[in-house]
Amino acid sequence: MDSLTIAPSTETLTFDLSQTTLREVNSFLHHDPLNNGGKKVAIAHPDGAHNLAVGIDAPIEVEIHGHTGYYTAGMNKQATVTLHGNAGTGVAENMMSGKVHVKGFASVSAGASAHGGLLVIDGDAGLRCGISLKGADIVVGGSVGSFSGFMAQAGRMVICGNAGDALGDSLYEAVIYVRGNIKSLGADAQLEPMNDEDYAIVQSLLTQAGLPHNPQDFKRVASARQLYHWNADVNQEY
Amino acid sequence: MCGIVGLLIKTEPLRDSLGELLVPMLVGMSDRGPDSAGLAVFTATLPDSYRKYSLYAGNYSIDWTDLTQSFNQLGKATIDPHGNQAVLMTDQPPETVKSWLKETYPQLHLLSAGRTIDLYKDTGKPSAVADRYGFRSLKGSHAVGHTRMATESAVTPAHAHPFTAGEDFCLVHNGSLSNPNEIRRKLEPRGIHFETDNDTEAACRFLEYRMREGDDLETAIQKGFEELDGFYTFLMGTADKLALVRDPFACKPAIVAETDDYVAIASEFRSLAHLPNVNQANIYEPAPEEMYVWTV
Repeated sequence: MDSLTIAPSTETLTFDLSQTTLREVNSFLHHDPLNNGGKKVAIAHPDGAHNLAVGIDAPIEVEIHGHTGYYTAGMNKQATVTLHGNAGTGVAENMMSGKVHVKGFASVSAGASAHGGLLVIDGDAGLRCGISLKGADIVVGGSVGSFSGFMAQAGRMVICGNAGDALGDSLYEAVIYVRGNIKSLGADAQLEPMNDEDYAIVQSLLTQAGLPHNPQDFKRVASARQLYHWNADVNQEY
Repeated sequence: MCGIVGLLIKTEPLRDSLGELLVPMLVGMSDRGPDSAGLAVFTATLPDSYRKYSLYAGNYSIDWTDLTQSFNQLGKATIDPHGNQAVLMTDQPPETVKSWLKETYPQLHLLSAGRTIDLYKDTGKPSAVADRYGFRSLKGSHAVGHTRMATESAVTPAHAHPFTAGEDFCLVHNGSLSNPNEIRRKLEPRGIHFETDNDTEAACRFLEYRMREGDDLETAIQKGFEELDGFYTFLMGTADKLALVRDPFACKPAIVAETDDYVAIASEFRSLAHLPNVNQANIYEPAPEEMYVWTV
C-alpha cells in the first residue's frame, strides 16, 4: 500500500488510479475502509476503469473524480459513492443499500436489478435504466432511454425529463414517476392518477436527490397487472 | 465484443500526431478485441488521376522494390512498404493496375484503393499490429480503427476490419448482423463480389453500392437503417467524412469526445482518457439510430 498518496486532509484517503492498480483500490474498499486512513475515500484518474468501487460493504463516503467504465459501485452496500463524471454501463447494478450519485450521465442499464438504496443521476440515463429493479429508488435529473423500468419488480423511479419507447414494459410492482413526455408505454404499463402518497414519495426522493421540481408536475406509471396470469386465449394481444 | 476507435483532427498542426494519438486508443480496446486489429488513415488527397493501393502480402515474401521495377514497365509508381504491406501509388488507370496485380502478383491482397485512404489490418494483438505497421508514425486528417474479437467468422487478416468497398470508403463494426446473407443475395446479382463470409463486409458493400447508385453518405446510411438488421455500431470513413451510427436498441457501446481540436470516438471512455484536454471535451453517447457525421 506504499504507493498510495495521502491527501493533506486527514479525513480523506486519496487513491490515484494512474499510480495504483484497480485491484489494490477495490481490495482496500473491501477490507479496510473503516480501519485504515479515515472515513472518506477519494479516487482520482478513473479514466474509464471497469468495476471501480464494486462490492463495498461499509458506511463510507467515496468520491470518484472523472469518468468511469462498466459497473461502477455495483453491488453497493451502505456506502455513499459520488461520481463526478459520467458512468459507463450498469452503474450501481444490483445495489443493496447506500447511495450512488452520478453527477454526469449514466450509460445503459443504470441501477439494473438494484435491491435497495438510492441511485441519483443528474444528467440523462441511457436505455434500460432500472431494468429488473428489485427495490431500490432511482432519480434521474434528465431523460431516460427506451425500455427503462423493463420488468421492474419493486422500488421507485423518478424521471425528471422525458422517457423513451416502451417505458415500464412488463412492470411488476415498481412505480415510475415521469415529469416530461413519455414516448410510449410498454406492455401492461399504464398511467394512473397521483394520490397524496405519490406526491409525498416524489417530494421525498427529489429532496434526497437535491432536485427542485414540483411533485405536482409528475405522472404515475404502474402495472395494469394483466400479465400476471397466463391467458392462452389472448392471442398475444397484450 | 470488438472495439471501435475513430479520430478526426480539426486543427492542421495536430494532424502530424494522428498516429501518436490513435495508437493508445486502439491499444486501449485490446480487451474488447484481442485477435486482430486494423486501421484506415485518410491522408492528403492525391491529384485527380492518381490512386493509391494498400497491398497485403500475408505470409508471402514480396520484394517491394522488384514489384515497383516490374510495375514501371507499365507506368510510373512509387511504393511505401510497411513490413508485409505496402502502399503503391500510380497514375495508371485503376482497371489496368488491378488486372496487372492479379496477373503478376496473385498472392497479393488488395486492401483498399482511393486518393486518400491507406489501410492496414492483420491478425494479432492490437499493440503488435500497431508496431508491425508503424501506426504511431501515421499522419492524416482522420482515421478509423478496430480491434476484433471474432464471433461469426474466422480469424484471418481478410476477416479483420476495416472493410472497404469502392474507393476511399471503409467501415468498422462492433456487433452482429442477422441478415448478411440476404444482403449478399441482393448484391451479388448486381455484380458485386464478396471476398469473405464476414457480416461486416455485407454492410460495407451495401453502403458503398448505395453511394455508387447516387446516394450521398447520409442517404446510404438511412437506407442501411432500413435494410441492415442486427445489433451494431458502425463507424465509417470517406475521403472527407467520419460517420457513426448505432442500431435502434443501442446494444453496442459508443462514446464521443469533441473539442475544438478533434472528434474522438471509441467503444469505451478508457480509450479516450489520454487525449489532450479530454476532461474539457463535450462527451456524450450517440443516440440509437441517429446519424452522426463529421466533415474534415
